[in-house]
Formats: sequence, C-alpha cells, structure tokens
Amino acid sequence: MKLVGTPFRRVDGRAKVTGQTRFADDLTPPRTCFVRLVRSTLPHARIRAIDLEPARRMPGVLAVLTGDDLPIPFGILPVSEDEHALARGKVRYVGEPVVAVAALTEEQADEATRAVRVDYEPLATIASAEEAIATPEPRIHDYGAGGNVHKRVSLEFGDLEAGFAEADVILEDDCFFDGNTHLPIEQHAALAVPEDEGRVTLYSSTQTPHYVHRALAKVLQLPPARIRVVACPNGGGFGGKSDVFGHEIVVARLALELGRPVKITLTREEVFYCHRGRHPVRMHLKTGFRKDGSITAQHLKTLLDGGAYGSYGVASTFYTGALQTVTYNLPRYRFDGLRAFTNKPPCGPKRGHGTPQPRFAFEVHLDKAAHALGLDPAALRLRHLAPAEAVTANWLKLGTVGLGRCIEAVVEGSGWRRRYGKLPYGRGLGLACGAYLCGAGLPIYWNHMPQSGVQILLDRGGGVAVYCGQTEIGQGSDSVLAAIVAEVLGIGLEDVRLCVADTGLTPVDLGSYSSRVTLMAGNAALQAAERARAILAEAAGERLGRDPQSLVFAGGRVFDAAEPEHGLTFAQAVIEAETRNGTLATTGSYVPPRAPGRYKGAGVGPSPTYSYSAAVLEVEVDPATGLYEVLHVWIAHDVGRSINPTLVLGQVEGSVYMGLGEAMMEEQAFRRLPRRLSPALVHKMPSVLEYKSPTFRDMPEITTYLIEDPDPRGPLGAKEVGQGPLLPIPPALANAIFDAVGARIDQVPIHPHMILRALAAQAKGEEPRCGPRAFPAVDFGPTLRVPTPEEGGDGRALGEDRGGTMSRPASGRPAVRHG
Amino acid sequence: MLRLPPFDFRAPRRLAEAAAILAGEGDGARVVAGGTDLWPNMKRRHQHATTVVSLMGIPELAAVDDGGGELRLGATATLAQVAASDAVRRRYPALACAVRSISSPPLRNMGTLGGNLCLDTRCTYYNQTEPWRRAIDFCMKEAGTVCWVAPSSPRCWAHAASDAAPMLCALGARVLLRAHDGERVVPLEELYRDDGIDYLNKRREEILCAVLLPAEAAVEHCAGSFWKLRRRGAIDFAVVSAAAAAWFDAGGAVERLRLVLGAVASRPLRVVAAEELLAGRRLDEEAVAEAARLARKAATPMDNTDFQAQWRGLMVERYAAAALRQAAGLEPGIRPPHHPL
Ligand SMILES: Cc1cc2nc3c(=O)[nH]c(=O)nc-3n(C[C@H](O)[C@H](O)[C@H](O)COP(=O)(O)OP(=O)(O)OC[C@H]3O[C@@H](n4cnc5c(N)ncnc54)[C@H](O)[C@@H]3O)c2cc1C
Ligand code: SF4
Repeated sequence: MKLVGTPFRRVDGRAKVTGQTRFADDLTPPRTCFVRLVRSTLPHARIRAIDLEPARRMPGVLAVLTGDDLPIPFGILPVSEDEHALARGKVRYVGEPVVAVAALTEEQADEATRAVRVDYEPLATIASAEEAIATPEPRIHDYGAGGNVHKRVSLEFGDLEAGFAEADVILEDDCFFDGNTHLPIEQHAALAVPEDEGRVTLYSSTQTPHYVHRALAKVLQLPPARIRVVACPNGGGFGGKSDVFGHEIVVARLALELGRPVKITLTREEVFYCHRGRHPVRMHLKTGFRKDGSITAQHLKTLLDGGAYGSYGVASTFYTGALQTVTYNLPRYRFDGLRAFTNKPPCGPKRGHGTPQPRFAFEVHLDKAAHALGLDPAALRLRHLAPAEAVTANWLKLGTVGLGRCIEAVVEGSGWRRRYGKLPYGRGLGLACGAYLCGAGLPIYWNHMPQSGVQILLDRGGGVAVYCGQTEIGQGSDSVLAAIVAEVLGIGLEDVRLCVADTGLTPVDLGSYSSRVTLMAGNAALQAAERARAILAEAAGERLGRDPQSLVFAGGRVFDAAEPEHGLTFAQAVIEAETRNGTLATTGSYVPPRAPGRYKGAGVGPSPTYSYSAAVLEVEVDPATGLYEVLHVWIAHDVGRSINPTLVLGQVEGSVYMGLGEAMMEEQAFRRLPRRLSPALVHKMPSVLEYKSPTFRDMPEITTYLIEDPDPRGPLGAKEVGQGPLLPIPPALANAIFDAVGARIDQVPIHPHMILRALAAQAKGEEPRCGPRAFPAVDFGPTLRVPTPEEGGDGRALGEDRGGTMSRPASGRPAVRHG
Repeated sequence: MLRLPPFDFRAPRRLAEAAAILAGEGDGARVVAGGTDLWPNMKRRHQHATTVVSLMGIPELAAVDDGGGELRLGATATLAQVAASDAVRRRYPALACAVRSISSPPLRNMGTLGGNLCLDTRCTYYNQTEPWRRAIDFCMKEAGTVCWVAPSSPRCWAHAASDAAPMLCALGARVLLRAHDGERVVPLEELYRDDGIDYLNKRREEILCAVLLPAEAAVEHCAGSFWKLRRRGAIDFAVVSAAAAAWFDAGGAVERLRLVLGAVASRPLRVVAAEELLAGRRLDEEAVAEAARLARKAATPMDNTDFQAQWRGLMVERYAAAALRQAAGLEPGIRPPHHPL
C-alpha cells in the first residue's frame, strides 16, 4: 500500500494550523442576529411565571422564546425523550435553558437576558445517586423505573453461585469513579439560516448531524426534507456534542420565525451545563479466583448518578457492565446497574462511554488479586486472556485480540520484570489494560438501514468527490476517508475532494461516537471505491486490450501489472468509463454483523470487533505531602492496522492525556449550600481555570507501541483508537501508587490528601486504603438469567420469548439497543 | 463569550492627568494596568466601573531603576519584565522566582507588578459569573448577606492571591502611592488588611506608582526563598505559598527573619510568632519544624479554592518548612514545587 500505513499529512492539517478551518462560530452571514439563553438559577423548581415584557423592550431585541413555544419533547434515545428545547413547567438543574432572547448583537441579547424575570417555586433537591434512591419524592421526572430511578438492569450470565463455589479466593471491592467533563477547546456553536420555500439549514458543532436532523423535524414539526443539518468541523467533541441540544432547536426555530440567520455560541460555563460527560459511578466488584489467577465468576454492581435527564443514560448504564467480559476469560458473570436522576447537568457519553469506571474497578481489583495470590500482575493477565473470535459469557462476539501483545510490549518497554516491586520507596510501577468497541453494533433508533454510507463521483478531470455523513471532530476521520479512497483508486490525496456531514448532500453516517467511524465509514468507503475501481478497470481494460483483473491502480495511472508502461492516466480511465457507462458514481454502505445475543439488553455491547490496550505508569509519590508525579507512561494499543500512524499516535497520546486528567484531578463537582439557608446546588467551578485539567506542562513522557494485527472486519484491517487507550490509565495510576507507597486508592481522581489518609491508616496499623466502604442497598429489579455459550445457551434469557431484542415493550417503543 | 458592560475608557499620558481623572470621576472610576484581573472581573460583573483609566500610556510608571542601593520597580512594569530584569535576578533572585511562578507566559506578558499587588481577593463562591452568583443568592463580598464559606462568620474570608506580595513583604518592600492631592510611601505590608472585602489600606483614587526594594534585602545580605503550591505546572494561582527572608549574624544564627504566607488569609500573612521564635536561633531542623507548626497555626485555609482545605493546612506547614530550609541552605524535605526555585 502506498498511502495507508504512512504518516501522510492530514487533509485538513494545513487549514487547521493556518486558521482557515471554518468552525460553526466562524460563520456569520449578513443580517445574522444573536441568541443568548436565560438559564435556571435553581436546581429544582416549578416555574410559576416568566415576565418577558422588560426584555422585549430592551434595545435590539427581535424575539423571545420560552418552553411553551417549543412544546414537543426530544432526546437522543427513543426510550428517554425527556428534554425540551427550553424548560417547560419545571427546571431540573442550575444552568438549564429557560428563555431564549434574540437581538441584533450579542451584547444586546446578553443585556436583555438580564431583564428577564422568572418566578420559581423551589422543590427539594437531589445531589447524588445515593440520595436519589433514598428519596423517591419529589420526583425529578414522572417516568423511569420508579421514584428517582431512571433505569434498573440485572443480568446474570451462567450459574454464578457455582462459579464462586469453585473459587480458591473471593475478593470484594468498593470503588468510586467521579464524574468529569469533556472540555473540548471549541464551545458549542450553532447557526441557522432560513432558505427559500420555508426550509432551514443548521450549521452546528455536532458529532451527530443525522440525529439532530431527526430531532429538528420532530420538534419543529417540519418534513425532514425541508431541514438540512451541516456538522461543521468540531474543535473537539469527546462525546459532549453527540446529543441534540436545545440551543440547536432554538436557533432553527428563530431563523424560520425571523427570516434571518440566527446564531448562538455558548460560553465556557454553558458548556459545563450542557455536559453529558462521565457519570459518577459507585461500584462493587466481587470476583472468584482460582490459585492460578483464573476467574471463576464475577459480580459487578454499579450505581450511576445520571444528572437531570436521560441523554444516552440507558445505554451508559448497560455499558458500565457490558465490556467486562472481553479482556480476560470470565466464564460466569452477573451485572446489576442502576441509573438515578439528580439535580445536576445530565451525564452521558464521554470517551469510553460508561466503561472506564468498571474498567478501573476491574483492573485495580486484578492488581489486588495478583498480590493476594502471590502472582505477578502482568503474568496473571497474560495467562487468562480472552481468546480471539470467542463468544463471551454475555454473548459478545470477539474479533482479533491483541491484548497479549499489548501487555508484552509495555512490560518489555518499562522494564517491568526487572523493576516492578523493586523500586525504592516512593517510586512505583502500575499496569492495567482495557478494551473498547469499534462502533456500536446497533443504531440508536430501530432500523435495518446501513449505519454508514459513502457515495463517490468521478469527474472527467480525474477528480474524485467523496460524500459521506461522517463528522470530523478532530480525530482525523476526513483523512481516513480520503486515504482509503485514494489508496484503492491509486490517486493522490490532492485529487480527492470530500463533502461530509451534511444531511442535505451526503449519505447517512450515524455520527462520530462509539469509535465507529474508521470501521464503518471506512468499510463503506472501501466498498464504494472498489466498485468505482471495477467500473474503471472494465473500461480501461477494454481500451488497453487487457484483462481488467491484471490492471493496477497506482500513481494516478491505470496500467498492466506485468507491463507498467502500458496504461492510461486515471483521468483517461474515467473518460473511457464515462463514455461507455454515462455519468459515473458508486456507493458503498456498511451494516455491522448481527451479534449472537438475543436477550433483552443484548443490544448494548456488541461491536464488529474490539480494540485492546495496555499501559504501565511510573509514578513518584512524596509521602510527606501526598503529592505525586507521573514520570512515564508506556502504552500499547491494538489498532488492527494504522491507516495513518501519526494520527493513531495522536489519538493514543490524547487518550493518555485525558485519562491522566480524570485520574489525577478532573471533577465535575457540585456545591450544595446549608439547606436551612439556601436551596442552591451549583457546579463548583464551571471555568477552565478552576476545573483542573492538565496542561501540556503536566504531561509525562509517553512511549507508544502500535500493535498491528489486521482484523478482517476493519477496513484494510483497521480497528478503533479514539477511546480505548484512555481506559488503562486511571487504574494503572492507582496500581502504581500502590507499588510506590503501599496505599490503595480505590477512587478517582486521586487527590494527594487521599494518599496521606491511606498512609495515616497504615501508620496506625489499619488497612492502607482510601475509598468508599459499603455499597448502598439497591433494588436492581428482577434478574434476567441468560445461559452462557459454554452452558449451551442460545443467546436468549430463560423464560424470554423468542422475539429477544426484536420484541417491543409495552410502551410501543423499541427496546434499547445502542451505543 | 462573556461580554464587557459599557464604560468610558481613558488613557492619559501623564500621571497627574490620571490622578485628576480619578479624583474628578468619583466612585465610578477605576484604574486598569494589564487588565488580566480587572477585565475578567468586569465581564463577570463583580467589579464595576463607569470610567476605566489605563495606566499603560504613562511612561514614568513602567521604569525599573537600579541605582545600586534601593531598587525601584515601576508599577506598570510587566511581570515578564520584572522576572527578566537583570537587577531583580541578580539582587533579589527569590522575587524573580515568585514572579516567574505567576500563571503562564502570556499572562506575565500582560499582567503588571502593580496590578498583581492590588489584585482582588479570590474565592470560588465569588469568582463566578453573575447568573452563577445569583444561584447562590450572592455572598457578603458583594450583594449578599452571608459568607458561604463560613455561614456564621461576620466577615469575608476571600484569600489574598498575589504571589509577588508575600515575597515583597518578606523582603521589606515599600510602595509609593500617589493621588491628586499628594503622595506617600508605606511598607507594602501595611497596604493590606485582613478583610476579604476591603483588602487594601488605600483610598480609591490613590495610584500605586512604584515598589521600592531595600538594599539590605539584596542577596548579599539576605537569604530569600519562595515556595508556591498549585495544582498544575502553569496557570494556577497558589493554594499555599511561603516566602522567607532571613538575615544571619556572623555566627550563623538568625538575626532577623520574615516568614510570609500567601493564599491562606485575606492578606499576605506574616507569621510573627515564628519570626520571634527564630530570632537569635540557628535555623536547624528542630527550629524549622517548630516554626512551621506555628505557621500552620496562624493560617486559615478555607474551602474556597482548589484542594481540600484541611490538607492545605498541613501543606502550610510543609511549605513553610521547605522555604525556611532553603533559606538556611538545608535540603527541602519535600518534592520541589512546579516552579523553578
Ligand atoms: C488565568 C489567570 C491566572 C492567574 N494566575 C496568577 C498567579 O498564579 N499568581 C498571581 O499572583 N496572579 C495570578 N493572576 C492574577 C493577575 O492576572 C496577575 O496577578 C496580574 O499581575 C495582575 O496585573 P494586571 O496589570 O493585569 O492587573 P489589572 O487587571 O490591570 O488590575 C488588577 C487590579 O489592580 C488595580 N490596579 C492595577 N494597577 C494599579 C495601580 N498601579 N495602582 C492602583 N491600582 C491598580 C486595578 O484597578 C484592579 O483592581 C492570574 C490571572 C488569571 C486570569
Ligand atoms: S469568603 Fe465568603 S463572603 Fe468572601 S467571597 Fe467567599 S463566600 Fe463571599
């Protein structure tokens, strides 16, 4: 291959570094007016009245909207359409949009928001998942799984008790992973432009233009054909721009009403309120081990603080359990999960969606198991890897598994065998692993259509235009798309023109989430390009008098493999083909393979294949202060094949950075004031100064190993890299701190005072540990029992009807199956 | 983005003119230097002005004069200029270290020394936007009645955030203040009050013109040190800082010493008890440990900045000890801070 596998310059690189890329906020057509939102200042309250008159009289004000102007609810998952563009009747968190004001300038809109008066009747507030399960009234929502519970899940795969009975050692752990947010550099922005015939185009910093398109049609009650959504290149997304947001609907509605372009750009603080970031999750993990470290059974309980709305939460809940089985042999497994509503900005998908929390629990737990059994943590893992192509206890079908090679690489690179457990007091090494999806197996709403489509047009000048709904969020998806097409057609990247993420012009791609784009859009592009090549080869073969099979596409030419000088330029080949066939265009599409699980809930977790990572961290801890520094990270990632190794490295390093931020300092933290004095429940520090995220000054050296074992399910063998490498980082840090000073910190972020607390306990002869104690009493609902493949199951639950996930629940809505 | 409210902007070329504007405009007038503190505060609308008078066009305020005796640093000299100044680096290296620890290079290129010394006190209940503060019904420092950090307290506990101030206080710096009706020179230490709201002992119209560093505090006479704790390697304000300046007698005992803490009170906090304890003693491990414990006792770290407040209390002890050890030429005993020493 000429291009694929080389560190070619990313196709949008020059535009990005020279400031030519046009992000949503860079678009300001003539006559644009500006929107600012009035946001709730109460965490939970009934809206008694809103006085808009003073705001309407402010200079420059063109329109004012409230929730009653947009009464139709929406939500990213069909099972939890619980949001309104502007709050209706009730507010559920501080920062929730209540009123929208459009004015000639942003300053005028801003001043006018100050004139809006909202009269609230405060309601009791709920600040944590524990409080939510203990406080059924008042309810934050009138739907869900009762009280303030949004979702309960209980799944048992195989005979758990029999598994625990076979164990030599049973280990139980309680841990906590705090919430944190995406912090993309670009704040959300959206511009709506009215077009003729009552149509509207929305330009937005969104990762999921297709889902925004559907929601706009629903809420605005317009035929979808009259709405066009263009996702501008995102200045970072990380999952924070994959929901549909009220402000997108507001500007579209106002553009139609005012007949002029309407724009909004959120402030940094508002981005903290949009959130949809990492759920805070309490976890309890119980695992049976044999003396050799093999696992006999595992029981995981998770309690998720979902914030005030559904978002992706039902999927997030399943994800806190689904991927525990794909790394090591786990013959029997039970997962209980519960997501609660609280009066805080909604949580949702952030890089690793729902899986970093249980992965932290599992990898720290394994470290403890290795110590309890007198085994080396690396050896324990290597001995019990999940085999490639296996079907797991919870019915996930694995692809290639490069985890063993990942562990070997970081063990080798870090000098693990020589140094682990032998460094001077205060210095330590920690190892952990992870795995992630390469695209969620099912779409968010029920359909059998392709999850990604690509259309290719060939022009007589030899140019190739590629149309695809996929969204560039900085991860490099444009470059991957262009490179695959250029590779197949043997042309240069400069001959490929992309048109992406435009619901009016491009075939649907579901969006940049669940690490699906390289695999799904890549496969669709591969198919479209191969079809184009076949047409060209046919025509060129005829013209050259050669068998089309013998032709090679390379260097902008089509030629005989045996006789390279005998050929045509690529443009000539196009002319030949167009002369024979008429206008040339091909399409490609991708539908993931059907997963073997048939039980209710089996829709979350399946993926065409999985990526794997392993990391070793070296840390230095000061026992006098609890302050620590990560000195070095060795990380290996099983990417199948790199389409572009530089982009893959960028994703790995970015994941390490984000994982370190979560492990060391990032917290979406809230403050409640003394309740006798105030009902307030506010985000503690919605600013980039006080929400601590590492700067590049705080980054350690990173040594990255790319493990390449092409997976036939990926385009040219590629798997995902955008999210997986984050997973091993938090547990590797906790494990390294243990190696350094013998303290177990069973929660993240790990603050220095926690280390001191554990060391103080150690000095008193108590367990040297900091973390939560007992797991709260939680009703996870009835348990669905699913026999495992090993037990001869067929993928269905006991007593479940033959319809499995295809059956529709009583509400008439399809069961959830997404990612 | 957050938007500034409307106001009149004045940029006089002469100090007398600036003083006259401030006197004439009354309460609605404020000075601005680099604006790195004032502009964000005005955008968040907890500081207000109808007229903003920039000092940056007044050449005499920017000068650094080193006659070999007292060193005079103009108030509008930028932090970058102060840190790079040959006189500061050579004669007062601990000050260079404190100034270099401030925020990040772009901020040091804009921010001035005078602005740093007049910096508003900080608190995470206060350094927020107006809608956020409305959500807590404001607090005592502003329109509210309660201090949310300590609800039964009659006062505001917002903390002094400047990094240059503790070091300059330790070195015994004085400041020159000028208004339309005259000028005065006061020890910098006396510029501050232990009150989060009314934190400066100066009239609104007084302009801080220069900082004067005594010759006796230069490195050939005095051992200075500065230790600042913050979360990250750049950008962050101190959550604790300790500045020490020690004069030793011929026998190696402490003749005089100043220990000043930052970020753990509403003013740069001199630990007088520790200073008295150390006078006449050798600065050995035991003396350092005792003094550091006194520093911890004097400090009131509150839950209004980054990190757990109780742990910050312990860090006062550790950082005070480290600063004293460095002044005494001993090993610091803890990991070095993020900034160069
Ligand atoms: C992200 C960020 C990080 C920061 N980190 C740090 C840090 O680590 N350490 C630190 O010490 N500071 C920090 N700061 C605070 C501040 O930016 C600097 O202290 C800077 O030196 C302030 O100087 P300035 O000239 O920009 O002040 P300005 O904003 O111009 O003024 C600050 C205040 O002083 C008054 N003032 C200014 N000059 C005079 C004068 N000559 N006479 C009388 N009054 C005057 C103004 O009216 C205003 O109230 C940080 C600020 C930000 C935004
Ligand atoms: S210390 Fe108290 S009064 Fe002062 S700013 Fe903070 S909350 Fe307000």
